[in-house]
Amino acid sequence: MAAGDIVHAQARPSLGVRRRRIGEDIIKAILGLAALVSVLTTVGIVIALILPALDFFRAVSPVDFFTGKDWAPLFQPAHFGVLPLLAGTLVVTFIALLVCVPCGLGAAIYLSEYAHPRVRSILKPILEVLVGIPTVVFGYFALTLITPTVLRGYLGLSTDVFNALAAGLVMGVMLLPIVASLSEDAMTAVPNDLRAGAYALGATKLEVSTRIVVPGAISGIVASFVLAISRGIGETMIVLIAGGTQPNFTFDPRVSLETMTAFIGATANGDVPTGSIEYKTIFAVGLTLFVLTLAMNLIAIRLVRKYREVYE
Amino acid sequence: MIAEAPQRGRWAGLVFQCFLVFSLAVGVITLIVLFGQVLIDSQGYLDTSLLENPPSALPELAGARPAILASIYLAVLVFGFSVPIGVLTAIYLEEYAQKERWYNRLLELNIQNLAGVPSIVYGILGLAFLVRGIGLGRTLLAGSLILTLLVLPTVIIASREALRSVPPSIRDGAYALGATQWQVTWRQVLPAAIPGIATGSILALSRAIGETAPLLLVGAVTYVRFDPTLTSAFTALPVQIYNWIKQPQDEFKLLAAAGIVVLLVMLLVLNSAAILLRNRYQKRW
Repeated sequence: MAAGDIVHAQARPSLGVRRRRIGEDIIKAILGLAALVSVLTTVGIVIALILPALDFFRAVSPVDFFTGKDWAPLFQPAHFGVLPLLAGTLVVTFIALLVCVPCGLGAAIYLSEYAHPRVRSILKPILEVLVGIPTVVFGYFALTLITPTVLRGYLGLSTDVFNALAAGLVMGVMLLPIVASLSEDAMTAVPNDLRAGAYALGATKLEVSTRIVVPGAISGIVASFVLAISRGIGETMIVLIAGGTQPNFTFDPRVSLETMTAFIGATANGDVPTGSIEYKTIFAVGLTLFVLTLAMNLIAIRLVRKYREVYE
Repeated sequence: MIAEAPQRGRWAGLVFQCFLVFSLAVGVITLIVLFGQVLIDSQGYLDTSLLENPPSALPELAGARPAILASIYLAVLVFGFSVPIGVLTAIYLEEYAQKERWYNRLLELNIQNLAGVPSIVYGILGLAFLVRGIGLGRTLLAGSLILTLLVLPTVIIASREALRSVPPSIRDGAYALGATQWQVTWRQVLPAAIPGIATGSILALSRAIGETAPLLLVGAVTYVRFDPTLTSAFTALPVQIYNWIKQPQDEFKLLAAAGIVVLLVMLLVLNSAAILLRNRYQKRW
């Protein structure tokens, strides 16, 4: 009986099942096509950056580009040293880290270890609101409140109208919830047994937080810092509005400077003729920016995976 | 001895707790001050002419009507493009893909990385391929396509989480009744995941609406006085705000504050919708 059935199926395969399979194949193809969009996006980004950047490097030597201390693509004679832009990006991001690393970590420890569940359910949405605020709004805030009222007013600093300090401080607040939420995720993943064990040995809450929970969640915490650096390097509007567009090879946070992102934004918004060397600088700087953030993102992804593997 | 343990770290504990509260306060206070400042600055410019008038060289007459309309169009287009592609990709990754295959692992890594690519780099992509490459020009359509690519990773990640939270027993039950994989996905898993997908998509959309940097490259001309269409030049609300901030006159900065209030209200509406959806339809399995 059973053997006969098999022979029967081989001789005349059921049409219904066969038709279904074709339908499923088509669906699979459609799903694959949708997934392909993301792949093509990456390929597109790489091509869009590399081809014009290669053109650019044919005209300007990479050595001059990466070691030059003068950035003046629109002047005669033009200078294409990217160091001032890189320095601008580093200064602003560093200031932002000074704010978002301690405060983000503190907020994460508070939410994960100290806060009453009800307090937590109020504070977390507030931090989420902070994430949702458009960066152009933060830029406005830095330019019209932080610089004139806080820096020049309360602190009495002699800053330029556009300066790295205001941009960096506000960017730090923008990055705070990113550090806080990723670190908190990692801390919540630390098993309660470890905490209970430490308490049983007579540890205080401070000791449990700093010596058990933070070390236990360290890869997630570091990932949140790396991600914050990546976001800071890639942030455009705050630095464009409050940091200025004055390339300046300096580490003085009080003066106006230009970051890589601000240069791209300012140059592309103006009318630069296609194919000109000025136009291609956008892509050379963009490529530098992309490679930097790509490296950061891959490190962060790896670190997050690590802590997930340990505890989940 | 036993009582001494907590005693020992009392002061340190107190100082530490103060630091923790201060950390959170930095975020909360900034938020309150920011809202307060924007509201105070916007007084006098927050009126119907802001919503009805096109931009103008005179701050008293200037409005943001074309920019607001363009932002609404952008939102609708981005939603229409990104949700189908994002959800289908998520279905592929969660329900169909064999996770051990190298190309699927690469795809996943690729999406995670795309979520962290700076938004201005998407602008460069748009400038190279959409505006100049296929000749869409600096149009609303080009802007919406680039914002779609920008938020796509967010939509995919949110949709995947929603699909993952549907318990396997639902799938097993449907398979046991003889359903094909697509029947299981389309009729059982997807409907159960829709609240989560909708919430995530709306949040992604609010990111698109507030985005400025990529639009500086793909469109967003400074001075658009007419209502935008799909293939016309446009300026989105955040770009309009940026252009007002750039003006040297203080009146334009106040006008920018009024524009920010409108933008924040739009975002508030979207976010409230997302939270409502989440609370109303969220299922606990």
